[in-house]
Amino acid sequence: MPAVLVEQLLNGFQLGILLFLIAAGLTLIFGVMQFINLAHGSLFMFGAYFSVAFQQLTGTFWLALLLTLGASFLLGLVFELALARRLYDRNHLEQILVTFGVILFANDLVVLIWGFEPQFSGIPDLLNGHVALFGDVGYPAYRIGIIVAGLAVAGALYLFVAHTRIGMLIRAGATNREMVALMGVNIKLIYAVVFGLGAVLAGFAGTLAGPIVSVQAGMGERILILAFVVIVIGGLGSVKGAFLGAMIVGGIDTLGRAFLRDVMDLVMPVAAASQAGPAIASMLTYLIMAVILFFRPQGLLPVKTR
Amino acid sequence: MRAFVLPTLLVLGLATFPLVAGIVDEPYFLGTISRLIIFAIAAASLNLITGYGGMVSLGQAMFLGIGAYVVGIMAHHGWTNGFLQVAVTLAVSALAAAFVGSIALRAHGIFFIMITLALAQIFYYLSLSSGRYGGEEGLVVIERSQFFSWMDVYSVYQFYAICAAALLICLYVQWRIIKSPFGHVLISCRENEKRARAIGYNTFFYKLMAIVISGMMCGIAGFLLANLSNFATPSYAYWYRSGELLIMVLLGGMGTLIGPVLGAFAFLSLEHWVASHTRYWGLVVGPLLIIVVLSSRGGIMGLIDALAARVRGQRS
Repeated sequence: MPAVLVEQLLNGFQLGILLFLIAAGLTLIFGVMQFINLAHGSLFMFGAYFSVAFQQLTGTFWLALLLTLGASFLLGLVFELALARRLYDRNHLEQILVTFGVILFANDLVVLIWGFEPQFSGIPDLLNGHVALFGDVGYPAYRIGIIVAGLAVAGALYLFVAHTRIGMLIRAGATNREMVALMGVNIKLIYAVVFGLGAVLAGFAGTLAGPIVSVQAGMGERILILAFVVIVIGGLGSVKGAFLGAMIVGGIDTLGRAFLRDVMDLVMPVAAASQAGPAIASMLTYLIMAVILFFRPQGLLPVKTR
Repeated sequence: MRAFVLPTLLVLGLATFPLVAGIVDEPYFLGTISRLIIFAIAAASLNLITGYGGMVSLGQAMFLGIGAYVVGIMAHHGWTNGFLQVAVTLAVSALAAAFVGSIALRAHGIFFIMITLALAQIFYYLSLSSGRYGGEEGLVVIERSQFFSWMDVYSVYQFYAICAAALLICLYVQWRIIKSPFGHVLISCRENEKRARAIGYNTFFYKLMAIVISGMMCGIAGFLLANLSNFATPSYAYWYRSGELLIMVLLGGMGTLIGPVLGAFAFLSLEHWVASHTRYWGLVVGPLLIIVVLSSRGGIMGLIDALAARVRGQRS
């Protein structure tokens, strides 16, 4: 296998991991509270900014990571208590518009605090440099680190949801929240925990993405829409589906951008391919989504509810 | 009675703006109003599917982009006949709407929202990467659409008249639609689709038709927008724009004929006013939006109804 293909596959995997971290929170929040949160991308953005700020404050990546996770959790709780909680019983349109308002607010807030300039997020010393893949081809150690950390979190999330008491209550809440409340469980507490968890995952993704994307206002929306595609492909409310969808989207998006043009060079004039290649590559994810939904409107791994 | 009062007021209002602009000698002001009217058309088109049909779309701005790029690309190649451009705009919008609708309608509720959002992104990226037609930079409309030899589309007054006429025609068509048997079935889809299907209506077809009609109307708005700004840019089709259109509909009053027009005027005026005072308009508009959505029922039209009811109550 040529080294460039391995490299791009890893890039796709790494994008998929980041997408999964965001999509998992989004899909859990939707599954349990039936709440569609456009501002989830803002939590990702704040994660990246928090990380930069804490790095400047503490001087180390790892301490900043811990502080960012705590701050993201708090931010998620505040958001839930102040706003999201009032929206669970509203219709989707109202949820969308309120969280859209939050996006407008959040994007200008970070500009007000940190300015227009993209912020620089450092890489921990441990993950600086390259890892030899095979032969003389190197791959950034930091990206390997993202993949490993993301997989670890995905595994932990699975254990948490599938094998702990709170996880059981979350799953029960997703299936039938009235019944859970009737059984004497404090469903509002469950809601807050799920929201905080989603915020932590998004903040974690923001921290990880900080060094490889530019940390600036509006960075949340680009990835938010891809995360929507992920959970729509995977099946709303399904964490497993989110993982599958994230891998598909990450892979297609990265490989399409990397190779589609070369493939098209083979079948059409070079000039035409250089025009159409990038255009089709950026649309490819959405086109594949359209095809998948045409055959499976509920996504690949739909959740069965009442 | 409201059914007659508000449309009459709207027509009178539309007729007053050019007079005011002429008296104070500020033709530029009329250009601003034309922009409000164009977005009113777009909001009204979204209202047909969201307000009457109960389908929340987060991809309506795609049709603004389609209309704008039809004008830009045709003018780029020397086709400036306005009638031809309108026909192409309608045809392309209808095809795109049929494509989006036939995929999005296979799912419900939240899926519909996300699919319309994602499919609109396809058009956004298409326009973004169309190197030949400006790409990110956008495409300058080198010549505005030409309708009649006696017409000067570069005159702010005449262009305003075209926009105002387009708005009135769109509202009239929409009024006829919602009063027709077709409209009744569409509204019944919003109220209870299962029942509508149980009676024997092919609700998929009705909803798809509504999406197509709505897309065509919004395409016309895009057509006018490109002519007004002499420019077509990917940002017309960005999903923020779709979100803003939803705000206008909700602010004005969902499922009312005139509401989205008032919503568009109110929202854009507010946006304009805030932006002229502070760079950080999101810090103001965002919280305002949250408050409006959380506190209001029925938007501006709901307020008007409540006021009218109170006046009537005092009289009797």
